[in-house]
Amino acid sequence: MTKKTLLKEKLKVINIGIETFALALEKQGVPVVRVDWKPPAGGDKEMLKLLEKLGV
Amino acid sequence: MPRVVIVKKGMFRDSITLMKLSKLISEREGVRQAAIAMATPLNKRYLKDIGFNHKNLRKAEPNDLVIAIDAISEESLNAALEEAEKLLLAQVAMEVKEYRPSSLEGALEVMPDANLVVISVPGEFAKLEAMKALKRSLNVFLFSSNVSIEDEIELKKFALEKQLLVMGPDCGTAIINGVVLGFGNVVNRGEVGIVSASGTGIQQVSTLIHNAGFGISHAIGTGSNDLSEKVGGLMMKRGLQLLEEDEETRVITLISKPPNISVANEILKIADSLSKLTVINFLGAKLEGKGKKWYVTNTLEDTAEAVCAILRNEKPRRVIFTKSEEEVTSIANSEFTRFSDDQKYIRGLFSGGTLCHEALIIVSPFLDGVHSNVSIEPEMKLKNINKSVEHTFIDMGSEEFTVGRAHPMIDFTLRKMRILQEAKDPEVAVILFDIVLGYGAHPDPAGEIIPAIIKAKSLAKERGRYLSFVASVIGTEKDPQNAMEQSNKLKEAGVIVMPSNAQAVRMATLIATRNKVIKQLFKEE
Repeated sequence: MTKKTLLKEKLKVINIGIETFALALEKQGVPVVRVDWKPPAGGDKEMLKLLEKLGV
Repeated sequence: MPRVVIVKKGMFRDSITLMKLSKLISEREGVRQAAIAMATPLNKRYLKDIGFNHKNLRKAEPNDLVIAIDAISEESLNAALEEAEKLLLAQVAMEVKEYRPSSLEGALEVMPDANLVVISVPGEFAKLEAMKALKRSLNVFLFSSNVSIEDEIELKKFALEKQLLVMGPDCGTAIINGVVLGFGNVVNRGEVGIVSASGTGIQQVSTLIHNAGFGISHAIGTGSNDLSEKVGGLMMKRGLQLLEEDEETRVITLISKPPNISVANEILKIADSLSKLTVINFLGAKLEGKGKKWYVTNTLEDTAEAVCAILRNEKPRRVIFTKSEEEVTSIANSEFTRFSDDQKYIRGLFSGGTLCHEALIIVSPFLDGVHSNVSIEPEMKLKNINKSVEHTFIDMGSEEFTVGRAHPMIDFTLRKMRILQEAKDPEVAVILFDIVLGYGAHPDPAGEIIPAIIKAKSLAKERGRYLSFVASVIGTEKDPQNAMEQSNKLKEAGVIVMPSNAQAVRMATLIATRNKVIKQLFKEE
């Protein structure tokens, strides 16, 4: 199956982080969903590695 | 002096929002300094360095928010603190107006057909978020820096297996399907495809192409490390392939700081195998000769010029100045004839890292040694980044200047202070700077920097000197700040505005050397 590449698609964006980027996309008429992001596992490095392994 | 540190347990706000709040509070009357930041180890160290060594700060965790204020009186302190709390709460009120999922999974429930995730969380968390996106077959624009090379390689290899793009880490700019991601300019849609490891590289080249009446199909960012030996150009190679297949793209442009040479050679080999012509600017890299299907250029402006020439079916030529030799000589004359005898040095204050690198390369045949915080020659590396020596070019976007504050394209505080500092040096002749417009940048950079320029000029005048200012404005008339209006404001304040970074650097060189290098400069052509 040939995959449709991003260059041929209309952008639909999920923004994780800086609000300015989401606002700029909206000004350009791009649909954006913002994630209310907080550091996972309270920023604990070991826990982060574990979370990554679990794929969550 | 009264100081306070307040720790808000478990409150998170993104870095740009916090820096904007910090700036607002810092600028209040009676406030000596203020910082509102997440209590990451880096921010805690910065706060300690500027004199906040409070016990509650030492105990704060990375997911706690800190408000630190130093004021001239208790009254100013309390008023500033009240304002900071109010602004933070107003932000919360603004955010709760719409539903915000707390995870990527939640966001996908709201937007199941999303195709791109823009990630700008602190570096240590960035890989986790990017990997989650890739596993769900989503492309990634990864603005975050401080992601390890190993993680970058893992992300990029996995993305390639899934035929996805990972633009980054440390990717500032991209334009996909006419949409600007991160920091970028509003440019015409057109036939030029760009793959770039440099954000400001995309900004300079895309705006010059736009201003010449052409346009951009896509500009794919790769992140600044893509052409290193370890990463091996994984995303640049993929980008080249995508642009080769893209029907809209007629000419391809590759931009990067000097790459690993064997990676560069692999990329040149791919470029030679394509049906389309490729124009390459690997700033300062020694790439010999010309391939069958690729050209190498010396400056970002020459890159834009070569691309436009190809589209016009003309032979690419080098641009030294857009204006004639007589015109530039006369502009330089009208500046340096007002100097006092001792004035001879250029101080370059750049917000674009690539623009600073390009400036260093351009002046190297004409000036004896330029000191810089980003010099690749060890003996020219500035010992103290806060003190210029002879000719000095500074990349003010580099990490040592951005800890605890926003990038100089957003926050002009340090550049304004530095302009005044340089103005007091009796040997300084020219202050050279860039103004980068577009999404993400300051809403009115010229308006922000002009008061410092006027003050610097009058400081010099009081001391019997004349201070020359030369700038380039990187932008288009379609940008939210309007490049034409920004240039006009600067010109009215007595700044010589040139159409590109390269031309601004040459003009500064002409003025500082009192036209001595004019023949040599034009011979370059």
